Amino acid sequence: MALSDTSAVTRRNRRRASSAAMGLLRFAVTTLTTVFGLLVVTFFIGRVIPIDPVLAIVGDRAPAHVVERTRIELGLNLPLYQQFFIYVEQALSGNFGTSVLTTNPVFEDIKRVFPATIELATIGTLIGAILGIPLGVLAAVKRGSIADQVVRVIGLIGYSVPIFWLGLLSLVLFYAKLRWVAYPGRIDVVYEYTFTSTTGFFLFDAAWQGQWDVFRDVFRHVILPASLLGYFSLAYISRMTRSFMLNELSQEYIVAARAKGLSETRIIWFHALRNAAVPLVTVIALSYAGLLEGSVLTETIFSWPGLGLYITNSLQNADMNAVLGGTLVIGAVFVGINIFSDLLYRTLDPRTRSR
Amino acid sequence: MSPNPTGAAQAQPRPYSREWLLSDRPVSRRQARLGRAYIVWRRFAENRLALVGLAIIILLLLVAAFADVLSPHDPVVGDLRNARLLPPGSEGYLLGTDDQGRDILSRLVYGSRLTLLVVVLVAIIAAPIGLIVGTVSGYIGGWADAVLMRITDIFLAFPKLVLALALVAALGPGIENAILAIAVTSWPPYARIARAETMTFRNSEFIAAVKLMGASPLRIILRHVMPLCVSSLIVRVTLDMAGIILTAAGLGFLGLGAQPPLPEWGAMIASGRRFILDQWWVAAMPGFAILVVSLGFNLLGDGLRDALDPKEAGQ
Repeated sequence: MALSDTSAVTRRNRRRASSAAMGLLRFAVTTLTTVFGLLVVTFFIGRVIPIDPVLAIVGDRAPAHVVERTRIELGLNLPLYQQFFIYVEQALSGNFGTSVLTTNPVFEDIKRVFPATIELATIGTLIGAILGIPLGVLAAVKRGSIADQVVRVIGLIGYSVPIFWLGLLSLVLFYAKLRWVAYPGRIDVVYEYTFTSTTGFFLFDAAWQGQWDVFRDVFRHVILPASLLGYFSLAYISRMTRSFMLNELSQEYIVAARAKGLSETRIIWFHALRNAAVPLVTVIALSYAGLLEGSVLTETIFSWPGLGLYITNSLQNADMNAVLGGTLVIGAVFVGINIFSDLLYRTLDPRTRSR
Repeated sequence: MSPNPTGAAQAQPRPYSREWLLSDRPVSRRQARLGRAYIVWRRFAENRLALVGLAIIILLLLVAAFADVLSPHDPVVGDLRNARLLPPGSEGYLLGTDDQGRDILSRLVYGSRLTLLVVVLVAIIAAPIGLIVGTVSGYIGGWADAVLMRITDIFLAFPKLVLALALVAALGPGIENAILAIAVTSWPPYARIARAETMTFRNSEFIAAVKLMGASPLRIILRHVMPLCVSSLIVRVTLDMAGIILTAAGLGFLGLGAQPPLPEWGAMIASGRRFILDQWWVAAMPGFAILVVSLGFNLLGDGLRDALDPKEAGQ
């Protein structure tokens, strides 16, 4: 009896282990093919679509021998598949070429500007989640009420408004008219040379070093673009929270909790929201990824020296290496966030764990 | 309803009346179709906001169609000497003028044509691509499915705006390239939807029946699978229209979409950016137009989804 029991357990464990291994394998294949696909797409955009990448670099007035030399330097005389192998090899070793605009390696540039974007998107997501979740819960609990309608309209406008336009108008109001926030940029010129950031995250560094005047200044710079991005994630998060909460509130365990005589507050915030929180984590991760994209236009409006501004500046100057490097990095971060949220979902939801 | 529904002498309600439309035993295919459309319309019309959305879109279509009649001034050539940067409400210029002395209202009216052009062309390019990829992938399955879905996932992995930016950077700025770039980034969700839809009835009996009659896979996909995927695709495309408009406006704002002097709304905001502090209306008006139109598409899409798919309603 005991013997057969243990053998059944080991068999089950083995089956679980093998299915876990299969899952891991499938996961690895998915990730690898997606990254490979990102490389193929950027290679096509950079090398195949432009009529002549050489002309884009040297200009159309360059003498013939310069054009020929650049062509060989770029490896454009090789067959396409060899070019692709070289491209993949370089990209995987972090070599995205040199930026024509800044004359630095693109990888160095991206490393320098990326923390600014991360800082902005993180604060934006925090704002969106802190305001969006209670709003969504409120809309679900008071379904059909005025509050529900208001939350719905706030969300709909968030889905419909051009972010760069809202940014411009809010600059006029909060910077030019009310003087509540600082001029576009990341930090005041006064502090630009006295304050050294070690991690690239200005708010964190200023607080760490105890420079509270710098912290205050950085905060006055970051708050408007971050609120703007926060509004967009709020629109998404509140809508999804409402839908998840409606789903939970119609479950039987809520009826059971009510029958036990628990207070409505406790039922909503501890029972229903706790269960809705699992899919919400995925939503927040996805909205974070969305903000990285939204930052392209926001950073342009607020002169925020992040990856978005870097990409648009490079675009204006036909700096393809920088544009493609930035695209590839954002794509890779997207893939990373998707994988992360997937894993998080699996760890948080016990039902997916046992399978 | 007649008290004796099985009776042979049951009187047919007057054609096109409410009873005729709602009859649960239609006598002709046309009656069944009209009846179904009537039910969907009633469900749609219950939703006030959806009607507002529909009104906005109809208004947009009318404005675009009658742009020549409606616009008081030339959208491209302005009056530089007398009418530069006039505020809204000036005589003859209801919404003011821009830095070239052009009437903003006229530019908005003509800009509606560009907005519609972008939205319609993107839908015409992206929806069929998604439909084909999704139905083929869902119906054939196996390796074709795996490969097509991997490709779809790769395009889904790119953020839309960033991929569109890179594509336009390579193709060169212009409204045609912007449309192409947005279409390339828009099809993957449609493929996903069409595939999911196809999977639900791939093994159903009516497909087996057509197969028995000797229909080729191509014919099955074209004549039997695709028509069933269309309605959910239409809802999704309508919901995406706002996003398409916003992406196009973003590209225009960055100078990668429609080129001057075309009155594209995003580009108009960009040109008003320099005067934003003193002549706010130059940038504010086109942005407001974008907001209203994309709100209209969002409301319409929400309403359509709720009307066509009651399961999702209220979620």
